[in-house]
Amino acid sequence: MSTPYLEFLRAELAPGLLEGLWISVLVIVPSALLGALIGVVAGVLRVYGPRPVRVLTNGYVSLFRGTPLVVQVFFWYFALPYIHFGGTGIVLDPLEAAILSFGLCSGAYQSEYIRGGLLSIKRGQIRAALALGMTTRQAVLSVVLPQAFRRALPGCGNEIIYLIKYSSLASIITVNELTGTATTIAKNTWRNIEVFCTLGVYYLVLVTVAAWLLRLAEDALSVPGFERPSN
Amino acid sequence: MADSRISAPDRTPILEARSLVKTLGGNRVLDAVSFQLPRGQVKVLIGPSGAGKSTLLQCLNFLMPPDSGQILLDGREVNGASKKELCALRQQVGMIFQDFNLFDHLSALDNVRVALIKVKGMGKLEATERAVAELKRVGLADRAANYPANLSGGQKQRVAIARALAMDPKVMLLDEPTSALDPELIGEVLAVIRDLAQGGMTMIMATHQISFSASLADEFLFMDKGRVVEQGSPADLLGKGSASRTQAFCAKISELTGEAPEAAECRL
Repeated sequence: MSTPYLEFLRAELAPGLLEGLWISVLVIVPSALLGALIGVVAGVLRVYGPRPVRVLTNGYVSLFRGTPLVVQVFFWYFALPYIHFGGTGIVLDPLEAAILSFGLCSGAYQSEYIRGGLLSIKRGQIRAALALGMTTRQAVLSVVLPQAFRRALPGCGNEIIYLIKYSSLASIITVNELTGTATTIAKNTWRNIEVFCTLGVYYLVLVTVAAWLLRLAEDALSVPGFERPSN
Repeated sequence: MADSRISAPDRTPILEARSLVKTLGGNRVLDAVSFQLPRGQVKVLIGPSGAGKSTLLQCLNFLMPPDSGQILLDGREVNGASKKELCALRQQVGMIFQDFNLFDHLSALDNVRVALIKVKGMGKLEATERAVAELKRVGLADRAANYPANLSGGQKQRVAIARALAMDPKVMLLDEPTSALDPELIGEVLAVIRDLAQGGMTMIMATHQISFSASLADEFLFMDKGRVVEQGSPADLLGKGSASRTQAFCAKISELTGEAPEAAECRL
């Protein structure tokens, strides 16, 4: 018989997954930041942008929400090199392709949360800002967006939780993050049940840590009128 | 034109409206409204809801551009101003809203300070000093750190007034400043408005506080269906023997609020 689980975990599985974990973090953190940034910009433009910009950003969201993420990942990694811009195709390494796909996809969803947040803020807020002599841009950036962002934060956090899990798709373009590493170990050892159950626990821990960080962010931004009900 | 008169800059009305027309959803909400508001005068808009009082006030600082007609601010035509000029012009016109519209994510101090910093380009220190002074003026220096969620309605409206005053407006537009307040909170806001008027602030105010405004106003404009139907001093319009629509309207309001119909008149 093979070695006991704890011994297998200590000697083989945990060291392998730890490496994969760092790669996962390397995918997740930049994608989440990129997604949040795109989400805020696209969300604001979809509500307050001039018409052509609204059409464009709405198109972006339809496209990236409307196609499977796997297809997008394949496109950036396998198809982009064949599209020639002035003679040369753009070749992304697997990590870059993964971050770009996840960032763009996440941004599309994030923009929807931000849009909802923006629409929840009463018109009077903008009117008061304009009446004080602010430009529309100042009114949106310093009055509406800070409020909308607080309202959108729970949704945006939810999207980041999703992102942590769909980051496992990076393994299909050879990024050896958690899932990629686990698959390799499983293939080599045939201890599928132990490997994949342990992998699940790793994601569970990642998500728990992320949820905790998001809570801290919510608390940091909390002001009277925008707080979580305390209990 | 006004310019052909012997120039007397102080006589130039601070705010002038010339036959403003605004149509909303097929309704003529403003139907050729004209008036002149001289420096230091207080005009009060009264009339039934839907008469166009709010729309008029919002047209005056172009939050809602009129369909036609002219607005002159301190002799300068507002129509045709670029977006940038409009922002500069709006700084000279303080606006008070029925539902306060304090910025909900900012403390009272920051509500007053934010436009000083972003619009007037003041340094943080100077802006803070000014904001504290304005909060003191409305009696709320001790509430500077409070957020709107932790202020009463009357306090919110006073912060809103401080916020508008901090911009050094030449004229204040007040859109039913006490209509959203509980009866016991109205007094504190009216007191601030009275101080302003006595300090010489030029104001135009839509309100249902008849007796209060009668004691304050130089002129009543009675509006109905988008038109100014009666115009004159409170004494003329509300005085004994006046058969004005203003008086009929005010008597009706007074009845509803339990105020004796003569009360308005008595306090003149």
